[in-house]
Amino acid sequence: MTDILCGILVMLARMAVVLAVVFGLAAYMILVERKLLGRFQVRYGPNRVGLFGLLQPIADGLKMLLKEDIVADGVDRRIFLIAPAIVAGAALFSFAVVPFGPTFAVFDRPIAQVIADTDVGLLVIFGLSSLAVYGVALGGWTSDNKYSLLGGIRGAAQMISYELALGLSLVPVAMMARSLNLTDIVSAQATLPFALSQPVAFAIFVVSALAETNRIPFDLPEAENELQAGFHTEYSGMRFALFFVGEYVNMILLGSVTAIFFLGGWNGPLLPPIVWFGLKVLAVPVFLIWTRASLPRLRYDQLMALGWKCLVPLGLANILVTGALLAAGR
Amino acid sequence: MEEKKDKTGLLREVLDGAAGLAGSYAATLTHLFRRPVTEQYPEYKRPMPARTRGRIILTRSPDGKERCVACYLCSGACPVNCISMQSEEGPDGRRRAAWFRINFARCIYCGLCEEACPTLALQLTPEFAFCKDAIEDFVYEKEDLLVDHGGKDPDYDFYAHAGVAAGRPKGEHIGEDEPVDVKSILP
Repeated sequence: MTDILCGILVMLARMAVVLAVVFGLAAYMILVERKLLGRFQVRYGPNRVGLFGLLQPIADGLKMLLKEDIVADGVDRRIFLIAPAIVAGAALFSFAVVPFGPTFAVFDRPIAQVIADTDVGLLVIFGLSSLAVYGVALGGWTSDNKYSLLGGIRGAAQMISYELALGLSLVPVAMMARSLNLTDIVSAQATLPFALSQPVAFAIFVVSALAETNRIPFDLPEAENELQAGFHTEYSGMRFALFFVGEYVNMILLGSVTAIFFLGGWNGPLLPPIVWFGLKVLAVPVFLIWTRASLPRLRYDQLMALGWKCLVPLGLANILVTGALLAAGR
Repeated sequence: MEEKKDKTGLLREVLDGAAGLAGSYAATLTHLFRRPVTEQYPEYKRPMPARTRGRIILTRSPDGKERCVACYLCSGACPVNCISMQSEEGPDGRRRAAWFRINFARCIYCGLCEEACPTLALQLTPEFAFCKDAIEDFVYEKEDLLVDHGGKDPDYDFYAHAGVAAGRPKGEHIGEDEPVDVKSILP
């Protein structure tokens, strides 16, 4: 009985910690993005609210909460209201299978630093990231606005195309780790991270993950100079904030996933595992922000050509080569 | 157009593309370490040029008297009708404004009033930041507008040139000829 109670308590604590950390990180990631983007453009970012603008996310959150939640005439109300929750929810759910460090023991009781250590973690993350497309597509579709609709269609098309390349880039990882369990994948990189042993897969993964998160240079669903704001044009207040936070939670998720699949997870010298993991997780969003400052947006046909004519064949070839090498090495 | 012939062509294209991407990343990275050019406004106020069009003042001539002669030209030139006044004659025989009112809530700071002013009384100053809580507070009366200096032309005195015998007798104005005895020029 006490065992079950303890288990439930540990589980709840883990979920609370993960949720709090992820939300806090997402909020401050917005500040980091604004400040870093400012410095890339030779200006200061927000620096007025609190010391160095550190209270800016709180002020923004308060502002969003107090704003009117406008639901325009002619929208399909129920789906319109649910769509932002799908985006943010799918991103948050994915953290259930993300391991943050090796299992440690408290009072002889092993505590895994992951909420759900499933054997199909990779597939769960994939399924949830596909689910996020529904938020974008439905939000755009039910807004009853041509720009939103175009943004939603673009989002759906883009995410479906790049899902394929993303999946193909992770097949060699699963082949080399011989497991879909994220903890096992990390342990398989104890000596050499997959980014070094699978550079092509890593490159494909980074590009298609960039497209999956709808960020520059692949932010066509919300291309502001052609579609105003794309799929979230009609959203305001906290529902817009949900889309927004969802994007940043996605960035952190992408960071964790990249760290786990390619950067060797929490493996690293000297520093404790959780610090290594945090550093690797945060490096990816910083790179995404750097990308946003550096690259222009792709045209729609370029986006599709890159996905289907370049990344997918390259991913397939990479799988074949990896398979051949693994078979030869056996 | 030349087609890609062999593998080296494709490889070159890939390398060129990668170099292009790396170049833009490098460019932004160098900017990251430059000092931001932003001026932190309330702490640092940029010195504005003397002819910046900001808050309007009514200046005085060197002798300390009001320059404004209430000619209504500024009021007529104003495209948004924010200037109103009532003229009267002062005890020294000079025209002046009984009251003079500018509604800064309506003013667009175009400077046409300054250009219209024949006595250089009405001038725009570089001061641009004067916020108020209530819109009524933007209605400035004559006593709010009057200053005790000559603004951009401190030495100019309209009545020294005017040819109006208010303050100075005939023939005493700058550049004025001696008064002619009309009887001496009869045929």
